[in-house]
Amino acid sequence: MPFVSIEKPLLRGPALRRKGRGPFGIGDRLFKGLALFFAWMILAIAVMIAWQLWKNSALSRRAFGWSFLTGQIWDPVGERFGALPFIFGTLVSSAIALLVAAPMGIGVAVFLAELAPRRVSDACAFLIELLAAIPSVVYGLLGIFVLVPWMRVHLQPWLIRAFGFIPLFRGPAYGVGMLTAGMVLAIMVIPFITTLSREVFMSVPVSLKEAALALGATHWESVRLAVLPYARSGVIGSLFLALGRALGETMAVTMVIGNRPQIAASLLAPGYTMAAVLANEFTEATSDLYVHALIEIGLVLFCITILVNGLGRLILIKTR
Amino acid sequence: MSASYQKRRLVNFIAFGLTGGCALLTLGVLFFILGYVTAHGFASLSWSFFTQLPKPVGDPGGGMANAIAGTLKLIFLAAWIGLPIGVLGGVYLAEFGGNAFGFFVRYAADVINGVPSIVMGIFAYAIVVLPMKRFSTLAGGVALGLMLIPIAVRSTEEFLKLVPRSIRESALALGIPRWKAILWIVIPAALRGLLTGVMLDLSRVSGETAPLLFTAFGNRFWSSGWLNPIASLPVMIFTYAVSPYADWHRQAWAAALVLLMLVLISNVGARLLMRKRIRAF
Amino acid sequence: MKKLLAVWLVGLLGAGYASADPLLMNGAGATFPYPIYSKWFDEYHKIHPEIQFNYQSIGSGGGIRQISSRTVDFGASDGPMTDQQLKDAPAPLMHFPTVLGGLVRPYHIEGGKTELRFTQKAIAGIFLGSVTRWNDPEIQKANADVKLPDAAIVVVHRSDGSGTSYCWTDFLSKISPQWAQKVGKGTSVNWPVGLGGKGNEGVAGLVEQTPDSIGYVELIYALQNKIAYGSLQNKAGRFVKCSLDSVSAAAAGAARRMPKDFRVSITDAPGESAYPASTFTWLLIYEKQADPAKGKAIVDFLHWMLTEGQGYTKGLGYAPLSPQVVAEEKAAMQRIQL
Repeated sequence: MPFVSIEKPLLRGPALRRKGRGPFGIGDRLFKGLALFFAWMILAIAVMIAWQLWKNSALSRRAFGWSFLTGQIWDPVGERFGALPFIFGTLVSSAIALLVAAPMGIGVAVFLAELAPRRVSDACAFLIELLAAIPSVVYGLLGIFVLVPWMRVHLQPWLIRAFGFIPLFRGPAYGVGMLTAGMVLAIMVIPFITTLSREVFMSVPVSLKEAALALGATHWESVRLAVLPYARSGVIGSLFLALGRALGETMAVTMVIGNRPQIAASLLAPGYTMAAVLANEFTEATSDLYVHALIEIGLVLFCITILVNGLGRLILIKTR
Repeated sequence: MSASYQKRRLVNFIAFGLTGGCALLTLGVLFFILGYVTAHGFASLSWSFFTQLPKPVGDPGGGMANAIAGTLKLIFLAAWIGLPIGVLGGVYLAEFGGNAFGFFVRYAADVINGVPSIVMGIFAYAIVVLPMKRFSTLAGGVALGLMLIPIAVRSTEEFLKLVPRSIRESALALGIPRWKAILWIVIPAALRGLLTGVMLDLSRVSGETAPLLFTAFGNRFWSSGWLNPIASLPVMIFTYAVSPYADWHRQAWAAALVLLMLVLISNVGARLLMRKRIRAF
Repeated sequence: MKKLLAVWLVGLLGAGYASADPLLMNGAGATFPYPIYSKWFDEYHKIHPEIQFNYQSIGSGGGIRQISSRTVDFGASDGPMTDQQLKDAPAPLMHFPTVLGGLVRPYHIEGGKTELRFTQKAIAGIFLGSVTRWNDPEIQKANADVKLPDAAIVVVHRSDGSGTSYCWTDFLSKISPQWAQKVGKGTSVNWPVGLGGKGNEGVAGLVEQTPDSIGYVELIYALQNKIAYGSLQNKAGRFVKCSLDSVSAAAAGAARRMPKDFRVSITDAPGESAYPASTFTWLLIYEKQADPAKGKAIVDFLHWMLTEGQGYTKGLGYAPLSPQVVAEEKAAMQRIQL
């Protein structure tokens, strides 16, 4: 928590006016100014990106207006562009990814921070950090060679047999599809959640945990009552980072999602995401309208990121 | 033992059992992935991989020496550009940022995080490559540097906030100016977490491919200075992996392994260097 | 802290040195000819070590855009530039064909390596979605000796835009008026059916793994991965298998009608042994070169490419240009002003 109370000077009178000393001295002002400058830069960068996206999608916005968001046809040759299937794909695959990765990631973090012996915990955290460095393309290859066949031969048929009465699990077992993409994304974002959450858990003052234990709590209860609330802000921060990565992931997703712009009820059906279509078609986009339509997809993704983050923050404030 | 205590012990057992299960599953997948990459990559590693330039398909030998140097150069530049903005921005948010402005800066950082890497590349292309009319290491560094910012901001802020108020207050009570208190007392106290955040950030960015395609471009040869195109491991991996040649596939796996090793070495190196400063080690 | 700062400064200064550079020429474009281009540039560098040709395959459309923006010295594309694109470029651009290639349809059915023959109607129907099962009469009648399974066809196409897709859709547009009207041709189209694989490798991989599937890839991918690809019916009605000879035959048919700027499509070419899904690939070069040193380097390379360079093509699975085309290109090269 930023400690606003310290803004009031602790020293008064002549002691305060000595240059370089006191809370409002030159050093403080310079430092705050420097930090403020960089904070402004972050805001400025976000605004610049938004502006570039807006500017370079002008042709497409003018041609399609709001129907860009509701249209389902993506036809580069006939130059009709509608982004709804991609929006659907991005939201669903990211949702699957977070639903799987959040409990898993936090679970692993709790295990490593609370139960595992220190050496093991350090070694595992180190290895999990390495996962974050694996290029997206390698995840894609692993997806194609390992996950997709396994999905097609084992998991998907089982899901169809066991849960096929729900529309979520119908359809032929291609191997590629929305569920596969969600799982690859989950594996890609778990390192962020786990690494950061573990550090946060380990930064909780020991006194808090000991207090809970001294009052008779079981180990789990001390975690639930003392560690998790203290770490809440940090853990949720890591979830936001994970969500951001999932929304914007391109290479790995496009290799396992089937790349079919359609809206289907089934998780086993192929789909397409905004980031994937951008990556696939940008280098080859020929006409100006086509390029602008693709950049408009980037703009839509940008706006969705803003909305989803806003929603998340609202929930955070409401549950405080 | 009362019944409710039995129940609580059971809950304890189940809860930790579940976390253990999560850990087993995740670590299992992790080891599988690392093992797969290592197995495939190790077989293709050779001395020539580290010392030679790429050769066309069919020619024996050939390596990725320029791509390894290129990745190092790009990450170096990206760190120079992105880390000051990210870390100092995070410091601002943690120490001075309880107001509306801080809210918007945090929001902006999260939004930048959600920008797909290819859009970041297109953005860097528009502001660096087009005006200069050339692809360059500088453009690649800018693209990667921008991607470093969100994680650096978030993790710096969170770990600084975790430093107990008592440490700050005692520093100030001793008459230390606030800026010195932040630099010499608070940041070192959070250094371990900060370092984790920064290393995670750099690791993630070193594997990014899409932003480099339109900025650093790629180079068959050694790149000199900052204004020429430059090769990098992720782009080489991508180019080789989607080719039809088994030899190039092997080289792609080897490159992936080398990338992982670079990250590993830098992680270990950074922690060793900081060992003296971090009490908890 | 001070140590870190010192390290950073030293590193920054050290890494920024520039020695006496060889002349670096940057090029961008198609992925299809990447293997042969990298071979050529490597061989050329051995003969002329003071010149470096750096080619990166970012896609045909990327190549066209980058050369139009003048961020690279030459471009490369599997599909010729349209009139509109040429008009939008800042200065006149010339096309120079370099090699020939062909597209094949790998498929995956029970019984592995059976050679199937595809009529033009069958292949158009499959990709349009009107022919949905393997034992459809349209496919079966050309393959009377094979018992085709009663299974749904899984079509696999390219998800990323590419010159390969351009060539394939160009071919389908020529043989099927329905396709031309409903879908059209382009580097990316609105595919009526099927899954999208990323890159030739992605399509080949999906076909290899998915039973009852069919896709389209460049010849070299099918050869390297040893996937069955059958034969295709050409304009003359014969079933031709894709090979370097049949691709050259297609080009020979087109060479007679070669336009001055070399922008020609050779899909569905006339000729008994012509392979219908063949394509040229082009280098894009400005007629008026801004930098005389670079211009001379390009012209010298083009000359080498048209003579010695053609000898390397077969080894990598590309068909060389015919002598008539080479002669016409040499004449066109005279127009480049340094």
